[in-house]
Amino acid sequence: MQPFRGAPIAAVARTAERTSEPPHLRLRQRIRELWDYREVLLNLVRKELKVKYTGSVLGAVWSLLNPVVFLAVFTFVAKVLGAAAKDYAEFLLAGLLAWNLFSVSLTSGAISVISNANLVKKVSFPREILPLATVGVALVDFGLQSLVFFAFLAIAYGFSLSVIWLYPIAFVALLLFTVAVTLWVSSMNVRYRDLTHLIGLALLVWFWLTPIVYGIARVHSTLIAKPHGALLWRVYLLNPMAWIIGGFQTALYHSDDAHDVLIPLSTGQLAAGLGVIVLASGLLLYGTWRVFFGLSGDFAEEL
Amino acid sequence: MTAAIEVQDLSKRFRIYREKPTSLKQRLLAGRTRAEDFWALRDVSFEVAEGEFLALIGHNGSGKSTLLKVIAGILRPTQGLVRQRGRMAGLLELGAGFHPELTGRENVYLNASFLGLSRRETDGVYDDIVAFAELGDFMETAVKFYSSGMLVRLGFACAVHVDPEVILIDEVLAVGDEAFQGRCLDRVRTFQKEGRTIVLVTHALDMARQLSDRAVMLDHGLVHAIGSPDEVVREMRLTILRHDLEFAREGGTREVEILGGSLLRGLDPLAGALAPGDCVTLQVDLKANEPVDDPVVSFALHDAANNYVFGSDTAQQGVGLGWLDGKRRVRFQLGPVPFTGGQYWVTVGVHSRDNQRVYHVQDQRYSFEVRQIEGRKDQAYVPVTAEVEDL
Repeated sequence: MQPFRGAPIAAVARTAERTSEPPHLRLRQRIRELWDYREVLLNLVRKELKVKYTGSVLGAVWSLLNPVVFLAVFTFVAKVLGAAAKDYAEFLLAGLLAWNLFSVSLTSGAISVISNANLVKKVSFPREILPLATVGVALVDFGLQSLVFFAFLAIAYGFSLSVIWLYPIAFVALLLFTVAVTLWVSSMNVRYRDLTHLIGLALLVWFWLTPIVYGIARVHSTLIAKPHGALLWRVYLLNPMAWIIGGFQTALYHSDDAHDVLIPLSTGQLAAGLGVIVLASGLLLYGTWRVFFGLSGDFAEEL
Repeated sequence: MTAAIEVQDLSKRFRIYREKPTSLKQRLLAGRTRAEDFWALRDVSFEVAEGEFLALIGHNGSGKSTLLKVIAGILRPTQGLVRQRGRMAGLLELGAGFHPELTGRENVYLNASFLGLSRRETDGVYDDIVAFAELGDFMETAVKFYSSGMLVRLGFACAVHVDPEVILIDEVLAVGDEAFQGRCLDRVRTFQKEGRTIVLVTHALDMARQLSDRAVMLDHGLVHAIGSPDEVVREMRLTILRHDLEFAREGGTREVEILGGSLLRGLDPLAGALAPGDCVTLQVDLKANEPVDDPVVSFALHDAANNYVFGSDTAQQGVGLGWLDGKRRVRFQLGPVPFTGGQYWVTVGVHSRDNQRVYHVQDQRYSFEVRQIEGRKDQAYVPVTAEVEDL
């Protein structure tokens, strides 16, 4: 028999206490535990990607093909039919890729615990990893598609250094907000399976309430012309995704009609707004994480 | 010595729903769904010391697996608490972390990460895992094409190559072929020698007795017995016996009835276990409800695994009962028993000489135990005398 090799594992907390009380989330300790299990997260993301493309000849190329086809189709459609923005394909993709990260995370995150019932019932590991892995998978797709999109932008269009710094802020806001909401739906869906259907509908409404296919400047001019227009406009801006998508578009889209399309705010205002969303999403994440953590002890039983 | 696992007044309740309310509407109307409480564990308390090997035994549904899942942190206690120190690996079901679409190699990495190994550490033990599982040619095949035996081997190979301080094993040593089982047992013994804490759930009572330092027997969620494996296993066997008595398999036309059988040492009822080479007497009392001519009394011995071991009858021994009307007693004197360690079950029956009519059979109603000689692995006992002479 071979002797054991390798360092002792540092997987499970040194002393674990399990009581009837729903455990209280201690952020620092939990983050350390999650860090210890990072290998599981990476492996689950790898697994999902592998399973997603198993049996397909092109594999991940399908992910890359997606934005290429979008660019081609919408450039053509915009030329023929006319569209909300001058370089419509660029405008659309700037927002759509970010939206897809959000909506794909939510849709697949909602079923992440349920569809891994086999693991949850038999193996002990921090359950957060399941929804986080779905965000991870969406993130890989987002990264690949963004690469294609950036390559296209760089060739056809160029980047503007004066606004591109908004991109990382918008990205952090998007990621925090996505993780927060995904944690919540994945834990609630274990008990209320209705959520799967509800999310599909909610995302459809949310998509059209968010300036992705249309320019937010037009929403502004339409709303502001109405009585109580300023109030309506503020209500519209309560949607954090409007800010986040607006941030991505402002960072990436700078055609000469940008002023007629993009969010009618200065980059400073936009950055401040995104900063608020980052903070709020952080708080939201803490809240939904607590909900998830409290419920996760009973997942094995509920499934 | 410090405790690796402390279980204090642990209770676990399951809600059994007729139909589990999984939608919002059903939840809102929850008043109408009837939930019944089922206590899988009640006030269970015990400790497992560091380096100790604890066997958990009990009937099906006694709460063993639930207890293991609570210790592993998969289920939350309803009352009480579990405190557990040290890095822990649970092997609650073989191949639980496997994904059918992934290859053997990918699954090894996935499974090892669940058990707490990093990628680099898994690289280090990967070859050992493959060698242990004997699946060298199949590691690049998706495990959906594996046979269940192959899955079992790969799962166990992963589990025994991680380096935990506390290991929880649920009834997985019972699978696989005999050679592989042997290697798994070797591995468990190595773990034991290395001072790791082991909790094993098992139905194999002899294995529990041979391997563990201490045993806990659960019955309907309660700790029924706790202590030395020998005592707890004996208690377990007694409850099996009692249980069997309630459903004793008996049959026959009852022209002749067996009033009772007993095992004697000399003329006294047998007390305690026999040593290999002891003699034992099987005594059977009969009563004829109707006069019958020349019935035959027979007996058979089965081991704990229900394998037939030996049997004989009065006809074979050249004894006749003649015209039976009233009561009669038959004694079989068994010479030095050639058995070693284990429980033996006795079936007695009375039937017509041509075996066409079975008057009464008591199937494995009586039992006796033979001790294993300390430190020996004998399969049978043969009386031996040794002589020395000069040439």
